[in-house]
Amino acid sequence: MTLSESSDDSVKKSNPREDWPARRGGLRQAEVDTCGVMSSGVGYNDQTGAETAVEAGQETTPTTSSSGAAFGLFSSDFKKNEDLKEMLESNKESLKLEAMKRVVGLISKGKNASELFPAVVKNVASKNIELKKLVYVYLVRYAEEQQDLALLSISTFQRALKDPNQFIRASALRVLSSIRVPIIVPIMMLAIKEAATDLSPYVRKTSAHAIQKLYSLDPDQKEQLIEVIEKLLKDKSTLVAGSVVVAFEEVCPDRIDLIHKNYRKLCNLLVDVEEWGQVVIISMLTRYARTQFTSPWKEDAVFDENNEKTFYDSDSEEKKVPTEAKPYMMDPDHRLLLRNTKPLLQSRNTAVVMSVAQLYWHLAPKHEVSVVTKSLVRLLRSHREVQYIVLQNIATMSIQRKGMFEPYMKSFYVRSTDPTHIKTLKLEILTNLANEANISTILREFQTYVKSQDKTFAAATIQAIGRCATNISEVTDTCLNGLVLLLSNRDETVVAESVVVIKKLLQTQPTQHSEIIKHMAKLFDNITVPMARASILWLMGEYCDRVPKIAPDVLRKMAKTFTTEEDIVKLQTVNLAAKLYLTNSKQTKLLTQYILNLGKYDQNYDIRDRTRFIRQLIVPSEKSGALNKYARRILLAPKPAPVLESAFKDRDRFQLGTLSHSLNVKASGYQELSDWPAVAPDPSVRNVEVIEPVRNSGSGSEEESSEESEKTSSGSGGSSSGSEKSSSDSESEQRQKKKTKKRTRKPAASDRYAREQMLPVSPASSSPVGGHLRQHSTPSVSNIPNLVSPLIPVTSPSFGPVKTYELLHHMTGKGLAAKYHFPRQPCLYQPSMVSVQVILTNNSDHVLEEIHIGERSPAGLNVHCFNTIERLEPGASVTVSMGVDFSDSTQAANFQLCTKEDQFGVSIQPAVGELLMPFTMTEADFNREQSEI
Amino acid sequence: MIHSLFLINASGDIFLEKHWKSVVSRSVCDYFFEAQERASEPENVPPVIPTPHHYLISVLRHRIYFVAVIQSEVPPLFVIEFLHRVVDTFQDYFGVCTEAAIKDNVVVVYELLEEMLDNGFPLATESNILKELIKPPTILRTMVNTITGSTNVGEQLPTGQLSVVPWRRTGVKYTNNEAYFDVVEEIDVIIDKSGSTITAEIQGVIDACVKLTGMPDLTLSFMNPRLLDDVSFHPCVRFKRWEAERILSFIPPDGNFRLLSYHVSSQNLVAIPVYVKHNITFREGSSQGRFDLTLGPKQTMGKVVESVLVSSQLPRGVLNANLNPSQGTYTFDPVTKLLSWDVGKINPQKLPSLKGTMSLQAGASKPDENPTFNIQFKIQQMAISGLKVNRLDMYGEKYKPFKGIKYMTKAGKFQVRT
Repeated sequence: MTLSESSDDSVKKSNPREDWPARRGGLRQAEVDTCGVMSSGVGYNDQTGAETAVEAGQETTPTTSSSGAAFGLFSSDFKKNEDLKEMLESNKESLKLEAMKRVVGLISKGKNASELFPAVVKNVASKNIELKKLVYVYLVRYAEEQQDLALLSISTFQRALKDPNQFIRASALRVLSSIRVPIIVPIMMLAIKEAATDLSPYVRKTSAHAIQKLYSLDPDQKEQLIEVIEKLLKDKSTLVAGSVVVAFEEVCPDRIDLIHKNYRKLCNLLVDVEEWGQVVIISMLTRYARTQFTSPWKEDAVFDENNEKTFYDSDSEEKKVPTEAKPYMMDPDHRLLLRNTKPLLQSRNTAVVMSVAQLYWHLAPKHEVSVVTKSLVRLLRSHREVQYIVLQNIATMSIQRKGMFEPYMKSFYVRSTDPTHIKTLKLEILTNLANEANISTILREFQTYVKSQDKTFAAATIQAIGRCATNISEVTDTCLNGLVLLLSNRDETVVAESVVVIKKLLQTQPTQHSEIIKHMAKLFDNITVPMARASILWLMGEYCDRVPKIAPDVLRKMAKTFTTEEDIVKLQTVNLAAKLYLTNSKQTKLLTQYILNLGKYDQNYDIRDRTRFIRQLIVPSEKSGALNKYARRILLAPKPAPVLESAFKDRDRFQLGTLSHSLNVKASGYQELSDWPAVAPDPSVRNVEVIEPVRNSGSGSEEESSEESEKTSSGSGGSSSGSEKSSSDSESEQRQKKKTKKRTRKPAASDRYAREQMLPVSPASSSPVGGHLRQHSTPSVSNIPNLVSPLIPVTSPSFGPVKTYELLHHMTGKGLAAKYHFPRQPCLYQPSMVSVQVILTNNSDHVLEEIHIGERSPAGLNVHCFNTIERLEPGASVTVSMGVDFSDSTQAANFQLCTKEDQFGVSIQPAVGELLMPFTMTEADFNREQSEI
Repeated sequence: MIHSLFLINASGDIFLEKHWKSVVSRSVCDYFFEAQERASEPENVPPVIPTPHHYLISVLRHRIYFVAVIQSEVPPLFVIEFLHRVVDTFQDYFGVCTEAAIKDNVVVVYELLEEMLDNGFPLATESNILKELIKPPTILRTMVNTITGSTNVGEQLPTGQLSVVPWRRTGVKYTNNEAYFDVVEEIDVIIDKSGSTITAEIQGVIDACVKLTGMPDLTLSFMNPRLLDDVSFHPCVRFKRWEAERILSFIPPDGNFRLLSYHVSSQNLVAIPVYVKHNITFREGSSQGRFDLTLGPKQTMGKVVESVLVSSQLPRGVLNANLNPSQGTYTFDPVTKLLSWDVGKINPQKLPSLKGTMSLQAGASKPDENPTFNIQFKIQQMAISGLKVNRLDMYGEKYKPFKGIKYMTKAGKFQVRT
């Protein structure tokens, strides 16, 4: 093997009939591909040299090829990259594509291909879509390592963000946000903000995904990101809903207040959201509902308090809340959630079904929970992994509510083909479901399981029988007898498990069972499983008065084998010795001494410790002190019987269906489900003002912007099924229009008032109220009242982009720059005012303090000032809003903008259109109104 | 949510990795290998494994472990369901989901995974959308691509994702418009030693293959919809109409999909199409055991029971089996102790039987347990529950489609304890 033979790939491909050694070289190269690291220096080279020597040994020319091959390999690897580089830099698209495919192959195998970065990144702007996509794959994988070079690609994405094609915009944002380079955080932020207002819901969805990426890259952006999330939560598109909730859960799961306004919308959209989004939304709404509604379980508590107490540990706390005098009324929003999630039980997606099930479990009144049973049982037909999770959840549920799953008991029968963990889970559930009525069926089934070839499972069955025996007193004796029969089983694990379970059973029933104890003592010699041996020894010691003759003999045997026993057996031997010493010291004194001596020098510190303690306790000496007197009472105290309970007993502290529940450990990022509040928080926070598309009807220049705003809103609302509400509202709007048209203006406005009062208005959104107030005053003073009919009400601000005007240039303002625009929103402060937003920016290099409004002219000018800004850092900017009463004239409002040191005279001149209220009307309406002018 | 994905083959090699967030080192899989070592069978690996910094959620299909790495709380079923969806997609694209197929198509696999998840959250999982984004590889296309240099990646970007019916691609055209529906029922039974039925359940699915032009709106109605106790639908089915009229009304996806899966209420008595007579005994002291198994048809409504396969895990003590089948062939693997008997059709006149002796380890005592028989079979042209499709109507398009319905009954988990 020589250098020349280790040819590169392209040559091999073109010339398949090359001679044998060269092919071997190729072969070896492929082998190294799968097992080695590429060109990582000498250590690697040595290693592969050895490896190839072994492989080569199986071929014809062993010795000559080994070192040569290694060298050849190294160079071919090197060469391979070289050739990739060349291919990537070539002019031919097909070569580039071929090279990228190989690079992706390398990435998929987890190999380092980072040195190709410069060559790859050049192709980012390629026209070929597949090539471009592969470059994206590469970029996302390696950008973190090659931050400087990655920046080269950014401009391409920035350009693509402006592309008219929504998919290109979206994919550009996807890749841009996946590049984990901290320097581009501001660019990402900007891109996300822009994309969040994109006309295409697909792009908005992508921006929701990008939010989480940016957050994980730079958590400091949290506040700004929350703003974007807030905006996106309002989105009506089903496409966006799931993704934005994921972002919400990731970035600010505690900002439950952001959900209020969107709660009903989310509930209504839920059915149409894509399945993955459904899962996330449902689990978020579960959490939300637990903070906002009162417990629907209180009512039940009155009826079956006794029952509940035993079953419901977690609930008993809620029950203690004094029952209110008035009967429980479920919040309609609570009902809405339950009603809208129910159809999703029929989803083909198991995760959706599970999440609805957990929602019902945590939120529904007790008697309604059982609707989920059937669907959960259906999931058991699915893949093994799905079964595993579902069974875990059913196990937890079945502890609290046997009734839910009892009719489906047979679905939990074990099949011999089930994997062991599925079998044990089914066993767990069957045990939980056991009651007086069905115990005989279950025990018969268990009998089959005990004979199973799967011994771990057989052992688990014995445990289960033990649990049934303690829980249902009718069958205790039957079970005990059955277990004793198993003691003669041939399989040791079965016998051992039986011993352990019998021990527990005997302890719960300290009646006359000396026969069984004797039987077990006989078996003792044949049992080797440490746990079983220890159990028998413990039984002997505990009930040594029942078997006075056998116990000392067992101790004698143990003394012989003590040193070879397991630790757990040794400990029990020491215990047995101590107890016998106290009850029967005549026979066992020497034996005990002997065992204690052996224990004293044992290797295990636990045993040495126990021995020392026992010796002090039982053997009277000067040092032993007061405890000696109580030795008998300490060692032979009656012991409480162990409670055999389900392993799933304490899992209900976790929300069902979660990873934490599955592992029974709190997983990172787990959100606790809060207890129901005693008193429901104000339900009116969920009331929503229906936001309608608004058209400005001012000057012609605004027409354009309003058109765009309409497009936005129809784009978002179009595909949603939740548009019902809005459509019905717009219907009423229509009616309103018809009504108002015949009236004079003022009554119309007051009519509007009346309607507004009927609508629930949340305290937070007072803006519409203000709006109508202002509207009320507008017509009376407007110079051109007929240009626009003010009859048609307006409820929301305009969406259109707003033109900004200069208020104060930073040159004249000694660094303080101010711009203003009219947000075209109703003014909050006074109805007659027009709201103005002022953006103050500090362009100087020092801090500006106490920015406020000073003197104004004309003297009567009514201005609602913004609060004084104490400090404005250099480079920072702040947006404040103020209200100006222009008295419906276009006369400029002049006032002084003051800082601590300086005062600058500024003036705001409103355009006519800014003095009017915007509102929506269809084109037809507009024409009609216009014709009336 | 999903951080990374590792694909591990039966011999424990990681042969593919994909990261959606920052790179997670392969060494995280060591925890998986540990769990794998502890498990006696490949299926016994727990699906959820905690590690100090991550959680591993895995599914096993086609002898490949798909191991997803996640970092924080997420519903485990969410991940499991997604992984299964990935496997289904691979199968859909490559015909089989094997290590070789994945390695051969690694670029398509990567492109698919890239589209299916964004930042760990599922983006496009509908096969119709994916197929528009990335065309499945076919021999013809590979050839054309090599010659012309065109690509697998769709030039047209998918429109379905944005429409009201995201599962259907737009602009579908066929010359032959056809819609086929397969009603497949599986019967799960446990029969005990004495021959009495312990549990019997019927689970069914309706798989559809719809190749219709345009945007057809189909309705499918049943003669006896009451039989269906619990159903789950493809997202295309309008739930409201089902609730109100028990009619399946839907705009179908293009191509193959599962329209409906259902469960037949267990109140109805389930007809069990085959019976098994068995006599398996081990005598104490002798190193021989007797084996006698006969199958027979029962309640088959005159249909032939075919593709019958009996398999059983014999006790560990059995060294070899010397059996004589009246029809078909049998194999016994002395290492795994797996007996399987390929019976073929059951002829009611001449019942198939398998008789003979088993040799046991000399001197060993007789096994405690008797084997369980797993039986597989198929019955064509019959739905064992009696479910019947009444009619299929199409609205929204002008042409007349060809419609076809096929029924089949299969054994699901059909076990006979002895």
